[in-house]
Amino acid sequence: MAAGAVALEGVTKRYGAETVVADVSLAIAPGEFFTLLGPSGSGKTTTLSILAGFVTADAGRVLLGGQDMTQVPPRGRGLGMVFQNYAIFPHLDVAGNVAFPLAVKRVPKAEIATRVAEALALVKLTGFEGRYPRQLSGGQQQRVALARAIVARPGIVLMDEPLGALDKNLRYHMQVEIKEISRRLGTTVIYVTHDQEEALTMSDRIAIMEHGRIAQMGPPREVYERPDNAFVAAFLGEANLLPARRDGTGVAGPGGARLEAGAGTLPGAEGLLFIRPEKLGIAPGTAAEGPNSLAGRVRHASFLGNTVRYAVEVAEGAVLVCDAPNGAGTVLHAAGDSVLLRWRAEDCRLLAG
Amino acid sequence: MPLTLRATLLLLLPALLLLSGLFLLPIGWFLTASIAELGTWPEILEEAEAVLLSGAVGRSLLTTGWIGLVVTLLTLLLGYPVSYALSRVRGAAFTAILLCIVLPYFTSTIVRTYAWMVLLGRNGLINQILLGLGLVAEPVNLLYNRTGVIIGMTYVLLPYMVLTLYAAMKAVDQRLLQAAEGMGASPGQIFLRVFMPLTLHGVVAGLLITFILAIGFFVTPALMGGPGDVMVAMLIEREVEITQNWPSAALMTIVLLAVTLSLYAVYSRFAEPGEAVR
Repeated sequence: MAAGAVALEGVTKRYGAETVVADVSLAIAPGEFFTLLGPSGSGKTTTLSILAGFVTADAGRVLLGGQDMTQVPPRGRGLGMVFQNYAIFPHLDVAGNVAFPLAVKRVPKAEIATRVAEALALVKLTGFEGRYPRQLSGGQQQRVALARAIVARPGIVLMDEPLGALDKNLRYHMQVEIKEISRRLGTTVIYVTHDQEEALTMSDRIAIMEHGRIAQMGPPREVYERPDNAFVAAFLGEANLLPARRDGTGVAGPGGARLEAGAGTLPGAEGLLFIRPEKLGIAPGTAAEGPNSLAGRVRHASFLGNTVRYAVEVAEGAVLVCDAPNGAGTVLHAAGDSVLLRWRAEDCRLLAG
Repeated sequence: MPLTLRATLLLLLPALLLLSGLFLLPIGWFLTASIAELGTWPEILEEAEAVLLSGAVGRSLLTTGWIGLVVTLLTLLLGYPVSYALSRVRGAAFTAILLCIVLPYFTSTIVRTYAWMVLLGRNGLINQILLGLGLVAEPVNLLYNRTGVIIGMTYVLLPYMVLTLYAAMKAVDQRLLQAAEGMGASPGQIFLRVFMPLTLHGVVAGLLITFILAIGFFVTPALMGGPGDVMVAMLIEREVEITQNWPSAALMTIVLLAVTLSLYAVYSRFAEPGEAVR
């Protein structure tokens, strides 16, 4: 198996009565950009700590590059790491920080100098060698942390919320750069974040975690468009979840409207119909026309620039959010207007309630 | 909200009045009045040279410096591991260690010094144990000599070192140590390359504060030392109480004060939080 492969097999971690990681198994291919995504307390950081070796699992195995590393301490695992808040050494200058992983392995000085220079060039920090961390901006510190993680050319790099402390513009910029560098070096990246946009932008695959379990795992578009449950649907962005129930002829929504979904089934008599706001078409109208159409009244319209977000009440207490693109010649609907919402069967999905 | 200068001064006023009334004024009066007795400036300088270069005072200054140095280094040697342990434990263990360090200080220095004399005397506990185990043939002299002074002073000064080091060690970001471990550093490398450099300012501060306190010591060397262990503070006391040579006492006080204040100037630079790193 190649050096960059990562696998967890049935990994479980308990703190007292609480199970923080519950039977997590996953296999990551060499060179893959893999993201652990979840709210705080979902077990994603503990999972990363188990991979790094800072936390020992109560059960299960950790395989790095095909080797069982479950009992190996962190320093024997040969991983590159970017820590939350960077963990840059304040007593060392930029060159000293980046050189650290090599220096502790007693790499010859001349080689250290070359590889530090290479790593700094890669993160565009050439010329900053002699600066101290407190003389650097947040973005520059982030780059130092990145250079330090890749300087020893590890096959696998772990990143724990590396961009959490940066402002929005800088964050987007660094997302692109991290992705670019990892692709160029062919490094496997395991990335932890609670920011779903970041996960969608950067990842080859995402594992969404909830209560210590992997709720769903797959490429960004798949998990976004075809969530397996209501948690994943709601966590990955705005989601409409309409109450649905089975009746004699099929599935009925609010007010008995006929619903047809391209995928998924209701496991019981009742469940939810999932549809993203941008998949809804909105037009003036007063009566439903066929399946997957609901008539309603605009409760609220928010102009967001490139889109207009409507809250449409389709039945007593049932409000759907619809994002309409602000394209050429778009006519805007106002609060109180009667509208008809329609969507395609393949864009919606039936989920357990 | 930062306080205005006036509010700050107002808050400091009571302490300032107390300090100037009970400390600055008397010491200023003592020094100026005593020195004025000597006459004109050339006469003062002549006397200063004579006193400070005289055998007894010169020897005492050297003794004071040497004892201060040895005691300071010993407190560092003994204190560093204790502080490290203190910075790494929590809960009951933390409270236990802290109490062991601080509790003896609720007893007066004199009582504690006498307690040491009981332990260290010719028929003291330590000699009885050494003799009982057959490690020595006759009692070892642990009292009324340099050894006694150093043991006693090290004991009294240890908490100052421990607490100063503890403050520096507690401020070390644990995530940096974990990061170092993750980057392949062995425990020894983590200590030498990360922990020690990050606590170095605490070591310097601890050395300075301990040394400053050590060179002004009086009770311990007076009770536990021998005739060869006259420290400057004891000599000052002798000049004032026995020979009643106040100008000579004043001159030695000035030397001691000058050394202390210059060391304190260095210390305050290291103890400043902003200067904690490098």
